[in-house]
Amino acid sequence: MAGALLFRPNDTVNAFITTIPDVTYSDGVLSGVRVAVKDNISTKGVETTCASRILKGYIPPYDAHVISLLKDAGAAIVGKTNMDEFGMGTTTENSAYGPTLNPRDITRVPGGSSGGSAAAVAAGYVDLAIGSDTGGSIRCPAAFCGIVGLKPTYGRVSRFGLIAYANSLEQIGPMARSVTGVSDLFSVISGQDKMDATSVDRPYNHIPSPDINGLKIGIPDEFFGRGVRPEVADTVREAVMTLESLGAVTVPCSIPSMKYALAAYYVTCTSEASSNLARFDGVRYGPGNSNRKSWHDAYSEIRKTGFGEEVRRRIMLGTFSLAAGYFGRYYQKAQTARQMVRDDFSRIFKDVDIIAGPTMPDIAFTLGEKSDPLQMYLSDILTVPANLAGVPAISVPCGTVDKMPVGLQLIGRLFDEERIIDTAYAYEQGVS
Amino acid sequence: MVTAEDIRKIAKLADVGIDESELSGFTKQCSGILEYFAILDTLDQDRPVTHERVNILREDEVKPSLSQEESLKNAGQTEKGFFKAPRVM
Repeated sequence: MAGALLFRPNDTVNAFITTIPDVTYSDGVLSGVRVAVKDNISTKGVETTCASRILKGYIPPYDAHVISLLKDAGAAIVGKTNMDEFGMGTTTENSAYGPTLNPRDITRVPGGSSGGSAAAVAAGYVDLAIGSDTGGSIRCPAAFCGIVGLKPTYGRVSRFGLIAYANSLEQIGPMARSVTGVSDLFSVISGQDKMDATSVDRPYNHIPSPDINGLKIGIPDEFFGRGVRPEVADTVREAVMTLESLGAVTVPCSIPSMKYALAAYYVTCTSEASSNLARFDGVRYGPGNSNRKSWHDAYSEIRKTGFGEEVRRRIMLGTFSLAAGYFGRYYQKAQTARQMVRDDFSRIFKDVDIIAGPTMPDIAFTLGEKSDPLQMYLSDILTVPANLAGVPAISVPCGTVDKMPVGLQLIGRLFDEERIIDTAYAYEQGVS
Repeated sequence: MVTAEDIRKIAKLADVGIDESELSGFTKQCSGILEYFAILDTLDQDRPVTHERVNILREDEVKPSLSQEESLKNAGQTEKGFFKAPRVM
């Protein structure tokens, strides 16, 4: 039933940048369901900042395709969530609006970059949330906050209206407290859109089934080895045993290209970012320029004060990787490595139906714990392979370490979300 | 791996500005990251990369789009229906 609702959450974890206090909604499958949207997704008439000073006050004149679909389905869009600026981070600490706190332990980060969306769901402020995942930005905060998050196959959800950071890697995806919630939201936002030429006509209309009898699950050595906290690895191994008890069969496998995956990911995403973020110059949106200064001086000034440190660092790294003389050593080699990751997945998926492992190598960090950028980047090692290959991956809660949630990551074949969702559902139903 | 002078040049190329006080921090961090990226240099140069995607083209037809007023609404400065940008010369 169409209607209206008041939204006034007691947002003690700083999940939102903007809330919409009075929301009207229409009829549809999500009629009246409270949905939070990451602040890098354009919402007509509602400020959209990407958690950056440079977009403070920016009011998009149009809706992203996913927003139109949500409105048509009756969803009540109640707010825009905090994030790492432009999606660049793993903790939601890189926000011009202050960090989001983890609802499970407010001394810890919620993960990132869709940390506000995960926290809003985990804290119960909303029923469902939309995030975006460039190198793990939906799955990491889902794991750290103890909720479910899906990064769809590249192309299955339109990116029209998503403010671009790294186009070849990112996808918009659903987050919820249950697998059914993720599945319901995914069925609304998936499908082809002529405004995104990379979107594909593969709509999702599936009801999760817990039958995984005979499912073949690949267990890659690399997901349980060096750099992964042993207690996290053990918790995920136990979850895999639960899947076995439900009828699945496990097969050891190996992703040798993991050795190159993180470097390939960071060279690719910083290169794309250096190009994408060139549009933020304060002319068409943003704070405006000084007309007295010359072009480069005016832009440098506005970008230095408008962008946070991590964004400037990534723009500089990307500029370096693409520079004449270095292109062959960095960007081109990164594309070679990316192909190796794709080839590894294609080979493994000839023998198995899905791949399982931890979502993150550790539990949620304490605030300020990861101050060195490279150390922060290294924590993305288990999530970036799916983005490099374009394959879908879901994180589902599978227990705790030190009272903090651990995520089980299930990676599927291209366009085979149905199977990883069924497996996540089987696990969720099997343990509850 | 990179010097403070390199970082100064890159910051200028990328129009992100840099303060003297930031130089040593950015230099140290970027050097560490670029050293990590060097693992890619051990890969063969000539390995083939396949692209699964095909280019999608459409007819060049006029479709409804934002009005001039909507397009200018978020600009810091406008003049006579145009965006106002810094001087080039």
